[in-house]
Amino acid sequence: MPERKIRVLIAKPGLDGHDRGAKTVATVLRDHGMEVIYTGLHQTPSQIAEAAAQEDVDVVGLSILSGAHMSLFPRVRAELAERGLKHVLLTGGGIIPREDMEALEGDGFAKLFGPGTKTDDIAQWIQETMRARWTEEEVEA
Amino acid sequence: MSETRVANHSKTVADGRRLWEEALREARLREGNFTTISGAPVKPAYGPGDVDVDYEADLGWPGQFPYTRGVHPSMYRGRLWTMRQFAGFGTSAQTNERFKFLLDHGQTGLSVAFDFPTLMGHDSDAELSLGEVGQVGVAVSSLADMETLMDGIPMDRVSTSMTINGPAPIMLAFYIACGENQGVDPKLLRGTVQNDILKEYQAQHAWLVPAEPALRMITDVMSYCADRVPQWNTISISGYHIREAGSTAAQELAFTLANGFEYVKRGLAAGMDVDTFAPRLSFFFDSHLDFFEEICKFRAARRIWARHLRDEFGAEDPRSWMIRFHTQTAGVSLTAQQPENNIVRTTLEALAGVLGGTQSLHTNSMDETLSLPTEKAVKIALRTQQIIAEESEVAHVADPLGGSYFIEAQTKRLEDEAENYFQEIEKRGGMVACTEAGYVQREIHRAAVAYQRALETGTKRVVGVNCYTEDLDAEPEIDLHRIDPAVEREQHDRLEALRKRRDSDKVRSELDDVREACRSGGNLLERFVSAAHAYCTLGEIAGVLREEFGEYHEPKIL
Repeated sequence: MPERKIRVLIAKPGLDGHDRGAKTVATVLRDHGMEVIYTGLHQTPSQIAEAAAQEDVDVVGLSILSGAHMSLFPRVRAELAERGLKHVLLTGGGIIPREDMEALEGDGFAKLFGPGTKTDDIAQWIQETMRARWTEEEVEA
Repeated sequence: MSETRVANHSKTVADGRRLWEEALREARLREGNFTTISGAPVKPAYGPGDVDVDYEADLGWPGQFPYTRGVHPSMYRGRLWTMRQFAGFGTSAQTNERFKFLLDHGQTGLSVAFDFPTLMGHDSDAELSLGEVGQVGVAVSSLADMETLMDGIPMDRVSTSMTINGPAPIMLAFYIACGENQGVDPKLLRGTVQNDILKEYQAQHAWLVPAEPALRMITDVMSYCADRVPQWNTISISGYHIREAGSTAAQELAFTLANGFEYVKRGLAAGMDVDTFAPRLSFFFDSHLDFFEEICKFRAARRIWARHLRDEFGAEDPRSWMIRFHTQTAGVSLTAQQPENNIVRTTLEALAGVLGGTQSLHTNSMDETLSLPTEKAVKIALRTQQIIAEESEVAHVADPLGGSYFIEAQTKRLEDEAENYFQEIEKRGGMVACTEAGYVQREIHRAAVAYQRALETGTKRVVGVNCYTEDLDAEPEIDLHRIDPAVEREQHDRLEALRKRRDSDKVRSELDDVREACRSGGNLLERFVSAAHAYCTLGEIAGVLREEFGEYHEPKIL
């Protein structure tokens, strides 16, 4: 049986134009064998949740360098929940102070990554987390 | 020099070189990738034979064509570079206070950072602005905000740079109107509006309308300012964002200058004489960590621009040939790990900018990978420039590295790489076509991924990130500069009050006039200045432009 591919949506919420990180991570995740959909810039929280639903993704990764994370990240989380996508692995990164990361990690975000993170570490973390989830699901089934 | 002496000289040099190369083959070398930060290989040493420059034709003295050695004969002996720290956050009142703080500490020019809603042409109370007001810059939604921003600052004496692009002509209109309300003749206003839309599509991504109408507005600004705001730099053609998005030094150089050539072509196509607008085009480059490559990039930029403007575009005024540029140290080189080390990185980058002959300089603050800079961090960054200017004695001699074999060879290498890109761009139908097709974006992205790979495999070493690392928890706590959420509410209240107080009939008729000018081809900046005086908001004016011209959609490159 072919190995199930992890489907990831990389998204840029808000008006922030800094997409170097998002695009680099998207490319690296693809190199690691994942199916990656990149939303492009300037997405509203509802557009992102809609894309996540339509693309039936396992993971949503948000990138923000504009300081608006405390407003936009929770709104994306809420929009996902509204569409019944609470199970989606929610992650992200950017210029986010550590205390904000901790707050968001206590609020539906599995893990956030800051500047200097190795992209391979992100890929590995996603793979391990998803593998663990799928194994759990199999056991439950 | 006589023929014989040249011959003898080269013979000795050739012998020496052979001996050196032999010795080199025997030498044990440490492990490492001996390339520039852009991945260009460099030799262990450079000498005669590695460079082929003609002093008069390729270098000239400072202030002489092709300006490789600088645009002024006296360089920093005449006047030091302008120390211009980019600043802006929160409300216009808060930023006004920071401006006064910087001026009080010896800064010599202002540089305004706007928040994302403003950069995208939205008012602070627009739905899309939620959560972003005042975050990465100051919110300016109307002339009223501009008046607060410049309150108590003499606009006829200070020069102001405004980093804004899509809505640049509207913001410039607010500035001109603000000056008029202060009693300042627009002829006395000095400063720069970035207004470089092509690199927005390519790298920085704060746009308003598609390329053709955006380029038309740029030529409107150039022609309006030529007579009425003659000391204003109408565009700052910017490589900074291209580099920060991940390009190599050669790509930064090539794409920036190619964008510049496109603006020149547009000005010519609009029927202007090149010498009426080219002297007001200014440039903005990144200064990254590769000290020598950056210095060479600045030198190559001057030479390329001078040659193309004179020989390709027929400019006759020497001011059209000269690239004058602002430099900012590389934000992307800063690390969140051991942030104090960023002061050292910034110092090296700033020094490269100075040795490269920059006209003005912004030095980044050490805490910018964490949040907006604190006042203390900003002050250290400004002091870094002052130490270079006052203590290091480097400012006495123009182009002090000129004539170095390595510097000249690398300047030539960068010039050649840029020329190759120009040919490629031409083949692909020019810079607008290359941008709309995503060619430029793809080139930048590829370089960004290659750099990231080099970081992760360790061929590129960064202190505190992939070598000499420390436990995160052992890091010193560093103060963060946070934006009070009250800023957003305050802006909403201000706008609400403004909308009540102004003459709404006047607003409507001004917006109708803007619409009419969109259709008839009348000068839009002229309309914007008039609309500014009636306190039409940024979002209202930009809204008309969006309706008339449509919105820009980025090409898919991934």
